[in-house]
Amino acid sequence: MSFLSYLINGISLGSVYAIIALGYTMVYGIARMLNFAHGDIIMVGGYAAFYAMVNGGLSPILSVLIAMVICTVLGLLIERIAYKPLRSAPSLAVLITAIGVSYFLQNLALLLFGANTKTFQSVVTFGGISLAGGQLQLTGTTIVTIAACIIIVVGLSLYINKTRTGQAMLAVSEDRGAAQLMGINVNSTIAMTFAIGSALAAIAGCLLCSAYPSLNPYTGSMPGIKAFTAAVFGGIGSIPGAMVGGLLLGIIEILGRAYISSQLSDAIVFAVLIIILLVKPTGIFGKKIQEKV
Amino acid sequence: MKRMQKTTRSNFITYGIVIVGTILFQALDSAGMLSSLLSGLLVPLCYFMILAVSLNLVVGILGELSLGHAGFMCVGAFASAFFSKIMDGAMPDGLRFFLALLIGAALAGVFGILIGIPVLRLRGDYLAIVTLAFGEIIRNVVNVFYIGRDANGFHFSMKDAMSLNMDGGEIIVNGPQGINGTPRDSTFLISAILLLITLIIVLNLINSRSGRAIMSIRDDRIAAESIGINITKFKLMAFAISSALAGVAGVLYAHNLSTLAASSSNFGYNMSISILVFVVLGGIGSIRGSMIAAFILTLLPELLRSLSDYRMLIYAIVLIIMMLVNWSTSGRYMKEKIADWFRGLRKSGTKGVS
Repeated sequence: MSFLSYLINGISLGSVYAIIALGYTMVYGIARMLNFAHGDIIMVGGYAAFYAMVNGGLSPILSVLIAMVICTVLGLLIERIAYKPLRSAPSLAVLITAIGVSYFLQNLALLLFGANTKTFQSVVTFGGISLAGGQLQLTGTTIVTIAACIIIVVGLSLYINKTRTGQAMLAVSEDRGAAQLMGINVNSTIAMTFAIGSALAAIAGCLLCSAYPSLNPYTGSMPGIKAFTAAVFGGIGSIPGAMVGGLLLGIIEILGRAYISSQLSDAIVFAVLIIILLVKPTGIFGKKIQEKV
Repeated sequence: MKRMQKTTRSNFITYGIVIVGTILFQALDSAGMLSSLLSGLLVPLCYFMILAVSLNLVVGILGELSLGHAGFMCVGAFASAFFSKIMDGAMPDGLRFFLALLIGAALAGVFGILIGIPVLRLRGDYLAIVTLAFGEIIRNVVNVFYIGRDANGFHFSMKDAMSLNMDGGEIIVNGPQGINGTPRDSTFLISAILLLITLIIVLNLINSRSGRAIMSIRDDRIAAESIGINITKFKLMAFAISSALAGVAGVLYAHNLSTLAASSSNFGYNMSISILVFVVLGGIGSIRGSMIAAFILTLLPELLRSLSDYRMLIYAIVLIIMMLVNWSTSGRYMKEKIADWFRGLRKSGTKGVS
């Protein structure tokens, strides 16, 4: 039974990783850039929801919505100010800019909110359920996290495959120049991607802080890196890949912590990533790119 | 000077900058004109410059993005600190530090080869994430090492200090607490000499036959392969040399402070990224550039210390603005305008003279 509860915890953590990884993978697929600041948007989302709940006295659902709005605006602002002027710059220059944005957000949060760790109160208000005569406990947060992940993945797949803006995103990720020639507004499509990615990051931030209730300016940094790993794991640019990668990563991390070593759980996660990439160098769902001479 | 080749002259200018800088800072320091903060920063300046130059070998010359450079630094630091700790008092200080340097560099180089063999098969962002993963693994694994020594010899454990079953004696590597009481052998002069040696190795490599082979792989892998260049060999060569030099920087780091612990701030991916920032801001592929960028960017947060809480924020803003000015279309246009204005100024100046 303990294995099953570890597994469920893993799926729950993996769902958070999957939601973050979706943002990473969409931005990478369309803008061809590693948005290192994505993890810090999670942190901003967490703080926004925290202050809305504690100081504003708002209901959890409203707080999450406010966090989503703030993060979306923030994501759009970052894209407009820092990334848009660098559309044609080499990818390393964009990467360093993203690192700069990440430092900026962390240190701004340090100034505004202080270095003290804040105790986040779960955004999920209903209690958990217990199965198998109380041997298996499911907290409300776990259930909501897993449900949110499923809803987001299904919704995002429908959005991309069924709507015109979603199709435009696919076209831009396939060939930016050709998409522009077909009359697609590339800039607004990329901005849209950032908006969606940031809103997802806000949700992920609230869920992450609900499960692990400590919030400080560096909260988003490690989950951000792990989610990036998850996105690469599943094949970067692929939406089902991000979900599978995130879930696998979460499960491996929790099981590794429970059965092998709590200090080595990060090392185990990264070791599995390396093995997968060596066997399948473009990730689980990654497209193989044919090289032409 | 005139008969020298352009690259040779440029190399000698780089060496000259280092030598003059060393003499200057050494003189200022011995005259007591440096603040204690600045004089404590002299050794870190040197190892950051070594790190930047060695990472540039991978990022700029080999053309592969590595995010795990701090991991190799970690290997060099721990290997050498362990050696210095067990050999403390058993041999003269100078010889011990020299051997520690060799051990740190060699072990980091071996790790570079071991990690390079699988990693260099990958390309682009996948390579970047795997190097990041290896860096984190090294840091994590170092944190669970417990090594102690007593009358019965060495004890090793990966669980905790209790399970070493020590009979008195001393714990040398204590898990997350790391190694305490490393002799402080790193002096500014030694660090500066090592920086100079690093530059000589890297610059000579770039201008050698092997260096040209490495650059041809960067420019066109398939064309390089088709003219008979052994891609794996040269990629590994660049990666291993770069790792070994990072190991040297690690040795300097370990012997600069008496406590050594692997945390996310000194050997984590944040450190690797900071080094990458030096390389990119200094100009990818420009060895002198990454040296100067490492120098300025290490000093900058310290010089901004009076602004206390705002300094890292300002650092971040400077970073973003520098990238925007250097790479965005409007930024480049502005730079061009300013350059034109300066050229105009110089022209009218010479006219006035004639």
